Amino acid sequence: MSGLINGVIVRITLRATLSRRRAMLLALPAIILIGISALLTATAASSQVWPPEILGTFGFTVLLPLTALIIGTSVLGAEIEDGSIVHLLATPVRRYTVIFSKYVVATALTIAFAAIPEYLASAIATSPGSKLSIGLLVGAVAASFLYNALFIFFSATFRPGRALAFGLIYVVLWEGLLSNLVPGIALLSMGHYGLAIADAIAHDSALHAYLSTGTGIGMGLALAVLTIGLGINRLAAFTIKGDVA
Amino acid sequence: MTGIEVTGASRWYGNVVAVNDITMSIGPGVTGLLGPNGAGKTTLLHMMAGFLPPSRGAISIGGQATWRNPDMFLTVALVPDRDSVYAFLTGEEFVLATARLHKLPDPLAAARAAIEMVEMTAAQDRRISTYSKGMRQRIKVAAALVHDPQVVLLDEPFNGMDPRQRLQMMDLLHEQAGKGRVIVFSSHILEEVERLSGTIQVIVGGRLAASGDFRAIRRLMTNRPHVFVVRSSDDRSLGAALIGRQAVRAVELTQNGLQVQASDYGTFTRELAGLSRHHGISLTEVLPADESLESVFTYLLAS
Repeated sequence: MSGLINGVIVRITLRATLSRRRAMLLALPAIILIGISALLTATAASSQVWPPEILGTFGFTVLLPLTALIIGTSVLGAEIEDGSIVHLLATPVRRYTVIFSKYVVATALTIAFAAIPEYLASAIATSPGSKLSIGLLVGAVAASFLYNALFIFFSATFRPGRALAFGLIYVVLWEGLLSNLVPGIALLSMGHYGLAIADAIAHDSALHAYLSTGTGIGMGLALAVLTIGLGINRLAAFTIKGDVA
Repeated sequence: MTGIEVTGASRWYGNVVAVNDITMSIGPGVTGLLGPNGAGKTTLLHMMAGFLPPSRGAISIGGQATWRNPDMFLTVALVPDRDSVYAFLTGEEFVLATARLHKLPDPLAAARAAIEMVEMTAAQDRRISTYSKGMRQRIKVAAALVHDPQVVLLDEPFNGMDPRQRLQMMDLLHEQAGKGRVIVFSSHILEEVERLSGTIQVIVGGRLAASGDFRAIRRLMTNRPHVFVVRSSDDRSLGAALIGRQAVRAVELTQNGLQVQASDYGTFTRELAGLSRHHGISLTEVLPADESLESVFTYLLAS
């Protein structure tokens, strides 16, 4: 009956997400990343080591997931929290349209606030259009799609506060700590799928891409499809939390 | 035929039973779901709107189950009680967005007509965040009516409205019902249904306690026995005079004045003033002693 993406939902979601002061907050980590890169480039001029180290590890396991977490849990979660989602769901709009529209907005914003800054930082550190910068851009765009699929699934499944808490635990513990310490965990890490894709272009061992490109793409796609599918199913079973405890 | 059929529907949360085996059939016209807070009205309404599955039993509109059935919103509308709208939008943007979500052929015209219907045209260009509670209610109703639904479910629509707005909303609901539509609203305030013409379903403790024509139930409500505390210049004489009246069932002299049990609210309040004047007694205080909603509903239950 209707397409995958609904313009009305996209516009309202964009306005809701960006009209909050959050937009300023979102830009902050990206500005810091670019600032650090500029500073390091100016001082430690010709190092070949730090750009893939910092941009790979910090970018893919901190900047990207945290930005995606804030955006991915708010595009749907904020409306569930304040109850305004009911106005959207009390229409014949397909539930998959709601999820995909939110997903597209969240991914686009994550690309704008994390993937593009990641490219800019690596372009400053190396040179615009370098293999590393292109690789990081492609990998970061892919990771933006992956992380948001997961976080939208979280917001459709858990109560808003919990979605953010679980997301934070996942990002800090799983992605930030365990996936870099225990190589096996990288097999179930959205950030490492992104790194694997980045490495396919950049070919830089300092990225610490533990997974092969094929594994990254395959596992990433499978998990994205699974989480989006579950998210749609959870939203279709959305219940208003009544006054009865 | 787009009626609402509730068949043996129950809903529980863990050990708490919110709705207990309710069966009702709601056709065209205005129907009020009436009951004290926490009686299960909202739970029932949410199940009707497909935002909650019944734990047992079935709920359908126009023969189709409401749970997991977004297509029903082609002909059904819900006005939620929570005051949550996209407050950063203007009233017109909000109603227009809803019209577009419904894929109406001319969304702008439909939005304008709906806003006109709730008399919000003057405020349509202001952000919803600047609206009063009553205005938010009305813009929510406009958004709900924008696609000309056959069934309209309203959760506590009169909340936060002043008496004039309340009458206006009641008129609007009657107008909609006049077009053969099914209008269902919930309310915990008895006075709200005073001007209602239609059916009332009284829900107490998750059960359907009474149902029927509004007139019969309203009569029950105004004629219900009442306890008043009356203070006057001469309580004993007033008490003696009162006990001679038909509308008074019992009188007790207490330290804090007279405690009067009236068998008929309306007659008692009318007669009291004349009686005291006749006996040259001046009234200093007349207080209804037992006005809690629960007592009223309990009385309705018993009759």
